[in-house]
Amino acid sequence: MALLEIKNLHASVAGKEILKGITLALEPGEVHAIMGPNGTGKSTLSNVIAGREGYEVTKGEVYLDGKDVLDMAADERARAGIFLAFQYPVEIPGVTTSAFLKTALNAKRRAAGQPEIDAMDFLKLVKAKTAVLGMPYDMIKRPLNVGFSGGEKKRAEVLQMTMLEPRVAILDETDSGLDIDALKVVSEGVNSLRSPERAFLVITHYQRLLDYIVPDHVHVLANGRIAASGGKELALELEAEGYAKYLNTAA
Amino acid sequence: MAVTRETAAAVRDVEQYKYGFVTDIESDKAPKGLSEDIIRFISAKKNEPEWMLEWRLKAYNYWLTLADEEPTWAKLHFPKIDYQASYYYAAPKREKLASLDEVDPKLLETYKKLGIPLLEQQMLAGVAVDAVFDSVSVATTYKKKLEEMGVIFMPISEALHKHPELVKKYLGSVVPYSDNFYATLNCAVFTDGSFVYIPKGLRCPMELSTYFRINEKNTGQFERTLIIADEGSYVSYLEGCTAPQRDENQLHAAVVELIALDDAEIKYSTVQNWYPGDADGKGGIFNFVTKRGACRGKNSKIMWTQVETGSAITWKYPSCILQGDNSVGEFYSVAITNNRQQADTGTKMIHLGKGTRSKIISKGISAGRAENTYRGLVRIGAKADKARNYTQCDSLLIGDKCGAHTVPYIESRNPTAQTEHEAATSKISDDQLFYCLQRGMTQEEAVSLIVNGFCKEVLQTLPMEFAVEAQKLVGISLEGSVG
Repeated sequence: MALLEIKNLHASVAGKEILKGITLALEPGEVHAIMGPNGTGKSTLSNVIAGREGYEVTKGEVYLDGKDVLDMAADERARAGIFLAFQYPVEIPGVTTSAFLKTALNAKRRAAGQPEIDAMDFLKLVKAKTAVLGMPYDMIKRPLNVGFSGGEKKRAEVLQMTMLEPRVAILDETDSGLDIDALKVVSEGVNSLRSPERAFLVITHYQRLLDYIVPDHVHVLANGRIAASGGKELALELEAEGYAKYLNTAA
Repeated sequence: MAVTRETAAAVRDVEQYKYGFVTDIESDKAPKGLSEDIIRFISAKKNEPEWMLEWRLKAYNYWLTLADEEPTWAKLHFPKIDYQASYYYAAPKREKLASLDEVDPKLLETYKKLGIPLLEQQMLAGVAVDAVFDSVSVATTYKKKLEEMGVIFMPISEALHKHPELVKKYLGSVVPYSDNFYATLNCAVFTDGSFVYIPKGLRCPMELSTYFRINEKNTGQFERTLIIADEGSYVSYLEGCTAPQRDENQLHAAVVELIALDDAEIKYSTVQNWYPGDADGKGGIFNFVTKRGACRGKNSKIMWTQVETGSAITWKYPSCILQGDNSVGEFYSVAITNNRQQADTGTKMIHLGKGTRSKIISKGISAGRAENTYRGLVRIGAKADKARNYTQCDSLLIGDKCGAHTVPYIESRNPTAQTEHEAATSKISDDQLFYCLQRGMTQEEAVSLIVNGFCKEVLQTLPMEFAVEAQKLVGISLEGSVG
């Protein structure tokens, strides 16, 4: 059984159909990349899987470990192990990164029937994780994403992912707004989380990110459908030739 | 924030209002209504000196002339109050207790439900409690220890007998009997409250705390608090309030007076959690309170922190009169209104001395169909050279049926003074909510976290044990406000 299974998924926003039948299966341990031009439904796909309001699923199914994802509220999906690294991480004024992380971690622990984490254990854990990711520990004392640079925001996303240990992580244009150094740091963080129990769905516009996070499968999303699938060489081909031919065939 | 889950569970256990229980204790009540006789009755019950009775009667007679002058300028709507329909004196029977062992076990049970650290073993927590149960203070803890240091901390009715010179000198010196409709009523009928005196040069080593609780049906609670910090002293005072759940409205018209002499500092923190009424606006406390501090001495400081989550209606403006040169007044406020609650609250900073400074940080949160108004006055007198004020008023709206209003008044008669005012209104955005939900938090946890972040500057001024309670309250009072 696939870890994340998407079957013939159709979804619309404000009555307009954006996803027109997506079928994908992520096996444990795999990294899948979704590439495609702007406005073809890449972000819609990630929002629909995460359960954001305002997206209507008109047809199709999504399963996580065989459980019906579309039946769950957004927070239940998160606790079940779906993590979305946001393209534009949201500022939460007055809430330290540390307090936010602790609340999120405890929400997950509760769902798993575990007791809330002890304050000292929590600090130890954050210290260890920030060290692994090469992040300054002081970052957790700052209000979440407030005044963070583009690189810091994406690093904070990776830190959350590291703490919450999801089953499936969706990276929504994580490379946008990053310079090459930040891209490296973030990619290393993601790579350190690759494991046989976890799957990744990496959504990106550019091949560049895939030099660092090397995918097992690459899919081209065009006009709300998967227009082509292949190995990592497909990404290089796209980089050289562009998306034009997929837009034409799909149209 | 680990507290939020606990909180949600606690709320489920006791439904909406945790403190909505009534203790069944025989009580000693004066007849209903207000008259000169009732005031004489109250004064006689307390065995008060003649001058006290005279002061009460003077206030009462003045109050009668104010019949048509109940304040109407606040942005509050409520039916006219019938002052003759209330009881003005209710005391649990069995007074004058020598030790906690003599306290009615039911009363102790009530305190236990409220989580008041009244019992001996709990005193280790470092909080001395003067518990006002309806009108009479039934037990005062830690008294001995404080006495040895020269701190006077006792019910004001007791202070009238033991320290009449202090009470006579300072009572009504900050809030005179003619101050305003509700304060005048309080002067006439107040039944008890706390009295604190901190001697010269002493830093009071523990937080002083009072819990007020309205228990008797149809009683108004008119407590009177007087705190004097003598030269170079410091005290932190905590006040917490709860009231049982009732269908009818209850009036609470308290007066608090603070006096800080040269180089003295008073920190006064309130967590107000009176019954707010039900979701349709039925019942709840009318909280019409006059709180004022006088920084009489040079370099003195008064700091008000309030977290207002309860009451159907809040009318409250803890203020500072900055008389002493270089004295400092600060006001930190969180006011949360949900459902049909109304709050009109803020402060007055009256700068009279040279080099006086004041700071106002107000955070208003409005949800449901509630109305939340910040009303503040900064007045700088002609002699207040180089006075400075900084004001920041932020409002947070949850949903689209509530209101937030900011009404600042700034009057400056001194050209060397500087005032700054900042105001902002925001909403909890769908993006913020989704972001929190995507990390596994429930809707309630997310709102509580975001609102606690919004209030942080204020909550962090509270003493530790209060801050935790306040964070929980923020979550509880906004339950069900989203989705």
